[in-house]
Amino acid sequence: MASDRVPAHLKPNLPPLSLYVPEPKFRPGDTVDFTQVAIPPAGETRRPDTADHAESFTDLAYQLVRVLDENGQAVGPWNPRLSPDMLRGMLRSMALVRAFDERMFRAQRQGKTSFYMKCTGEEAVAVAAAFALDYEDMCFPSYRQQGLLIARGWSMVDMMNQIYSNTADRLHGKQLPIMYSVKEAGFFSISGNLATQYPQAVGWAMASAAKGDTRIAATWCGEGSTAEGDFHSACTFASVYRAPVIFNVVNNQWAISSFSGFAGAESTTFAARAVGYGIAGLRVDGNDALAVYAATAWAAERARTNQGPTLIEHFTYRAEGHSTSDDPGQYRSAGEPTAWPLGDPIARLKDHLIAIGEWDEERHAAQDKELAEQVKAAQKEAEANGVLGHGLHQPLDSLFDGVFEEMPWHLREQQAQMIAEETASGRPWARK
Amino acid sequence: MNMIQAINSAMDVMMDRDPDIVVMGEDVGYFGGVFRATAGLQSKYGKTRVFDTPITECGIIGVAVGMGAYGLRPVPEIQFADYIYPALDQLVSEAARLRYRSAGEFTAPITVRSPFGGGIFGGQTHSQSPEGIFTHVSGIKTVIPSTPYDAKGLLIAAIEDNDPTLFFEPKRIYNGPFDGHWDRPTQNWSQHPAGDVPTGYYKIELGKAKVVRPGEALTILAYGTMVHVALSVIAEAGVDAEVIDLRTLVPLDIETIEASVQKTGRCMIVHEATRTSGFGAELSALVQERCFYHLEAPIERVTGFDTPYPHSLEWAYFPGPVRIGEALKKIMKDA
Repeated sequence: MASDRVPAHLKPNLPPLSLYVPEPKFRPGDTVDFTQVAIPPAGETRRPDTADHAESFTDLAYQLVRVLDENGQAVGPWNPRLSPDMLRGMLRSMALVRAFDERMFRAQRQGKTSFYMKCTGEEAVAVAAAFALDYEDMCFPSYRQQGLLIARGWSMVDMMNQIYSNTADRLHGKQLPIMYSVKEAGFFSISGNLATQYPQAVGWAMASAAKGDTRIAATWCGEGSTAEGDFHSACTFASVYRAPVIFNVVNNQWAISSFSGFAGAESTTFAARAVGYGIAGLRVDGNDALAVYAATAWAAERARTNQGPTLIEHFTYRAEGHSTSDDPGQYRSAGEPTAWPLGDPIARLKDHLIAIGEWDEERHAAQDKELAEQVKAAQKEAEANGVLGHGLHQPLDSLFDGVFEEMPWHLREQQAQMIAEETASGRPWARK
Repeated sequence: MNMIQAINSAMDVMMDRDPDIVVMGEDVGYFGGVFRATAGLQSKYGKTRVFDTPITECGIIGVAVGMGAYGLRPVPEIQFADYIYPALDQLVSEAARLRYRSAGEFTAPITVRSPFGGGIFGGQTHSQSPEGIFTHVSGIKTVIPSTPYDAKGLLIAAIEDNDPTLFFEPKRIYNGPFDGHWDRPTQNWSQHPAGDVPTGYYKIELGKAKVVRPGEALTILAYGTMVHVALSVIAEAGVDAEVIDLRTLVPLDIETIEASVQKTGRCMIVHEATRTSGFGAELSALVQERCFYHLEAPIERVTGFDTPYPHSLEWAYFPGPVRIGEALKKIMKDA
């Protein structure tokens, strides 16, 4: 019999449901304590044969591939045993990325461009991967893998030209700063729409396989973007066709203001997503350049031998704001970046090189100075082509180029209209 | 050939000519497609060129964009246009913009085939005409054939085109033209001159409309199934209308439209898609802007109603002979 006080749909003999909404451990003002973050010792995780079946790698999706230990030594089965020259090359690239970021962040603050995004703390993820891949392998990056271009030796002046949307901008001022596209360097056009590059990378890899090519594809997204449907589509396609692709999930703990719990991190690892798709999954210390290199090389070997895709979760930390438009002080504790237990990727590789007697503090300081000068010189060269703050640098009528291969009548009409408007306006750029 | 055979033939001809063309989609491989459009292609060209895909439209288009970036020319199929929405982000944000955003470094030379339109008791999710969603997107071409001959020629042109193209196939007229009289026996394409389709290569340039019936009294703009319905209605009414099959919505053949309306002074637009913000609104605006001083009556739009496509009330919804007939009377009132 229904009670007068209890609505009919509430059953008084059952406890009420409650909705769980995740909350990060620390908010602004909180003291940070990361002791709960499980960091296994370096060298502990096994390194299986790349030809094994994906099913046998399940344990790896819940562990952490680490090579560099607390004493700066490279230990365990994942140690890629790189030459000192290569280690120094990686260190240099990572430091260059950081110097580039610093300079461009400041350029945005000076009003020379509208927008910038740093990758501070995540330099190893892109740089070490670039060293492990072949130059001909195709990268489908997100917006935080500028390290791929730098490590591939791409011109910083060219990158800055894009950031400044100036006369030499290879994208003709059409794209938001940092949305690079460099086909020559195997760097696919960056889109603002998250995770769309994931199925595209799979398609590229499938095409390479269908053509009997030897090149593989690699793609990157943040842990936040794994929640997009494209991530699922990509994993399904890659698994079904055993596409020679490497999926990189850069788990830097934050998607703008949302902590990784909103992408599902409280319940499992991102590497473990691979298990359900039948894809090999590795979880890697993303601030350990040697671990990133080793995991990428392992995944590349697996792809090149037709064993199919690998998903690598890079466990790292976004040390700075999401972008120049973001203030992380509004949503997370200022103590987080320094308290992060995996430290700084550049400092760790530097310590390793010093520990093996192939580097020293003096050389490092001198290199930092040299790189800062190099970036400064590149900036000067790029700024000679103009900066965004100084107005329009592209021919007005180019606005209509490239919508289609050939311009249809309606765009020609609109182009003529725009030229007429600008002429009537008397603005300086109308008469170019 | 019927329209299915013509579409199949277009893909066959092109796959034979260009090893970079791949055909992919749900059930298109071994089975040959739920409408048989890809029948025989997998056994002829192999599984790496014609293959079944997982049921993920966003994946199908995303993968096709990646294949295009590699250098292939994918021809993905979306089983019904009603199911193209999961792929919207890949079509709108990626395929359509790739050339523009990369200043031509990367392109998406893909042709998305998809059966569309109603008149088959398909209900809400097997009858839609979503062309207006895509004509609104800069960077995508939209093509809709109305005969087997055109379907083959236009599909070949779309596959050769270096821009992403949506190729909507009016499934109501796959087997024969439809005059809108659902209660009468239907004709086969074998009884229609446009069912005579060459087996080899030929193409019909995109962006060119076809005057399918010259006339003086008014201009009717239509595409797909509605071309045949409009032709039948004016024949029955004895009205000397000029019927234009647009064939390509973007880029549109504005010259043919302008010349016709300036000659007739009247314009009727017919499409199955819902009215509000449908492609008819764009056509009407263009005609109004360009032919205003020639117009002798308000432009008429005969369209589907602004409701989801119904099942049992299909023939009340479909812009058939009665609705077009009423609009004809209205537009010809003072003639």
